[in-house]
Amino acid sequence: MSNSDADRLPVELSHISKRFGATQALDDVSVTIRPGQVHSIVGENGAGKSTLGKIIAGVYSPDDGDLLIDGDPVRHWNPGTAQTAGIAMIAQELALVPDLTVAENVYLGAERHRLGFLKRGLNERFAALDAEVGFGLNPRALVRDLRIADQQKTEILRSLARNANVIVMDEPTSSLTAHEMGQLETLMRSLSERGCSIIYVSHFLDSVLRVSDTVTVMRDGRHIMTVPAEDVGKRDLVTAMLGRELDQAFPDRTEAPEPGDVPLLKVSNLATDTGVKDMSFEVHRGEIVGLLGLVGSGRSECLRALIGVDAITGGTVEVKGFDRTGAPPHRMISEGVFLVPEDRHKDGLVLERSVRENIALSSLAARATSGIVRTSAEIGTARELADSLEIRPLDIERPVGQFSGGNQQKALLAKALAAKPDLVILDEPTRGVDVGAKRTIYDLISRLAADGYGVLLISSEHEEIMELAHRAYLVAGGRTIDHIEPSESTMENVLFRLFHVASGEEPAA
Amino acid sequence: MKQLFNNRVPAARTRPSIRQVTIEYAVLILLGVVIVALAILSPSFFTFGNLVNILSQNAPLVIIAATGTFVIISGNFDLSTGAMYSLAGVLAASISMAFDTVWPALLAAPVIGILLGTFNGLVITRLRVHSFLATLASSMIFTTIAVLITGGSLITVTTEGFSALGRERIGGIFISVFVMIAVVAALWFVLRRSVFGRHVFAVGGNPEAAEMSGVRVIRVRVAVMALSGLAAGIAGAIGVSRIASGQPLAGTGMELQAIAAVILGGTSIYGGVGAVWRSVAGVFLIALIGNGFDLLSLNPQLKDLVTGFIILAAVGLAAADRVRR
Ligand SMILES: Nc1ncnc2c1ncn2[C@@H]1O[C@H](COP(=O)(O)OP(=O)(O)OP(=O)(O)O)[C@@H](O)[C@H]1O
Ligand SMILES: [Mg+2]
Repeated sequence: MSNSDADRLPVELSHISKRFGATQALDDVSVTIRPGQVHSIVGENGAGKSTLGKIIAGVYSPDDGDLLIDGDPVRHWNPGTAQTAGIAMIAQELALVPDLTVAENVYLGAERHRLGFLKRGLNERFAALDAEVGFGLNPRALVRDLRIADQQKTEILRSLARNANVIVMDEPTSSLTAHEMGQLETLMRSLSERGCSIIYVSHFLDSVLRVSDTVTVMRDGRHIMTVPAEDVGKRDLVTAMLGRELDQAFPDRTEAPEPGDVPLLKVSNLATDTGVKDMSFEVHRGEIVGLLGLVGSGRSECLRALIGVDAITGGTVEVKGFDRTGAPPHRMISEGVFLVPEDRHKDGLVLERSVRENIALSSLAARATSGIVRTSAEIGTARELADSLEIRPLDIERPVGQFSGGNQQKALLAKALAAKPDLVILDEPTRGVDVGAKRTIYDLISRLAADGYGVLLISSEHEEIMELAHRAYLVAGGRTIDHIEPSESTMENVLFRLFHVASGEEPAA
Repeated sequence: MKQLFNNRVPAARTRPSIRQVTIEYAVLILLGVVIVALAILSPSFFTFGNLVNILSQNAPLVIIAATGTFVIISGNFDLSTGAMYSLAGVLAASISMAFDTVWPALLAAPVIGILLGTFNGLVITRLRVHSFLATLASSMIFTTIAVLITGGSLITVTTEGFSALGRERIGGIFISVFVMIAVVAALWFVLRRSVFGRHVFAVGGNPEAAEMSGVRVIRVRVAVMALSGLAAGIAGAIGVSRIASGQPLAGTGMELQAIAAVILGGTSIYGGVGAVWRSVAGVFLIALIGNGFDLLSLNPQLKDLVTGFIILAAVGLAAADRVRR
């Protein structure tokens, strides 16, 4: 049977199954991707979305079922042949070469050359591409120096540079701000108008509904439904994803604590070489404090410095009233301050090791007798935390690298809790986490504050801070410019001020 | 916090496939195959004398390779173990001759090893030189010192009882074999059960994550290199006692044999994963192939060829499993 070119389907998955050991990651899944459509895939953490994307991109081969590209079943399918066939993928966990520049990464494997010698003009080619999208990345910057959001943008440009006609985007926006997400959505629409098909995996259901033509919901490796986006609402999607209803995205804000005398953490006029110029804020027991800022405002850099990973060049850090400026990480942890970093693969987890070992790593000394780990105590703690954070599958002996992205994030949070800190610093704690689990994490944050812990929160989803925090500091250009009470302020107001400072015209307060 | 969430999901255990198990235990399977083959082909293989000899001959290498597991898991290399082995042995020999003592001289070797290893560790962490380069350079330095001490020849040890450690037996088994068993057992326990062992895995798997979890990465690195020196020193004491002479080049090449054994055993060259028993099995796999060539009077020149192919096969198999699933 021969199809005319016009109604050839770029990608068709027919009864695909895939197992990893005892986990059925995909179970008889059939999905059809039409040309020129934005096709979103949503589902809980571990539902099998990334596995599906990786099968299309040739990273995994299915155990069962057929993958049809342009109407023909594929043979010898691997990332190389997939790329030749016009399929590109932006992986959930970024895979760039840290020591190459942005432009070099974008054109890696697609370099223009004459007899193997690179032609000039790489950066010019890059500039044309970047202008089309409007990201404004510096082509000469080394990828290792970029923050995650910019690395995600580099990945996006990388897939564009290949002139792919199918692009799998696996949570490309998990670190982007609302504004950048908007840019990406515009880009996705214009790509699809040019006939490119986009498979969009995301936990941001609003974005999914805005941009897609078709939405597929998956749960536990199974296909639940595929519907035109205009026929469903957010509630329907959540219910289909979770298999139950979720009444409210956020828990009620906990009561603000009585103003105590000595703050848990007091940062005064902090400055670093990494872009922090003058930041001052404090966190008390029982308080959730947020840092609100645009990407690049220096929030993550400030956290890295105060925890002792990066050098401090000015200002002080006080913990419970004592000066701890420049104390190394192990010291800060023993003082009760623990940072959950933004980049779970780079700074967060030891991927080859089990969930149990990762969770216990921050608190081994507390669970050891004269240097020997008490295994039963360790297993107990790890299991309890994994359980309460709903890590799935609940197998704490499995290497953490084999878990889905959202579940890795939960393991990272569990490690912080195992250290029993007084102050938990959370940098993007819900990155890549599904709506149900997000609620679990919000409940956890609220519960921590209610129990008298201090929480310092950074999130590119400003809503999280607006809904949870008792106090929020506005950060721009490496400085804390003001603080607000989120319960008395609006998101519009905050964004307005942040953008004005960022463009150098802070309105008179 | 316990009661905060209701849990809908039962615990799941992953059962590995037969293929994964085969790859996981490749070194043991190969070892088993070689043992069965030798037992069938050569009647003299399964004799007490032959087996005891294999054990004692390889005691120094087992000690170095078992410790090398720590080094490689932590993401480092130690190319100076052979040189430390020689230098510690030469110094033990000259101390014994100078002061007419036995045990103080033999005990000096491990102490010297710790010092040399600590030197390596400090160079790696303080000067931020990659361990491969640092130990390549330090091995040249150590070897030269050993040559200078002996004046280019050897120091023959005539002190009464000096060879006991390498040659005496208790119940028919060499003392050195008991030392080897004790060292391996201790290392196995430390890697599996101690806080230090966990830290070694974490530092090799992801140093940034380890640092941010409160692990003192620099200390762990120095400690691992010092441990490697200690092992080379113990091995050097056994070696020098056995031949009763301090030779400045006695350990040349041992560092590579040890690394080969660690990798053959299945410990990842990228750090973060591995086990002590693997390296021990790796040493004996190489040793038995050598023993087979002797027993069957095969052309000894082909010994390294066979060993080389087996290492390639084992490492290739593990890599293939990582790439394509
Ligand atoms: N390499 C692997 N080895 C073993 N199990 C795996 C591997 N990759 C994925 N899995 C398992 O397969 C299931 C589906 O994982 P997948 O990564 O596709 O989920 P996901 O829908 O992308 O989730 P998330 O939203 O958290 O990214 C999970 O239970 C996961 O633990
Ligand atoms: Mg995923």
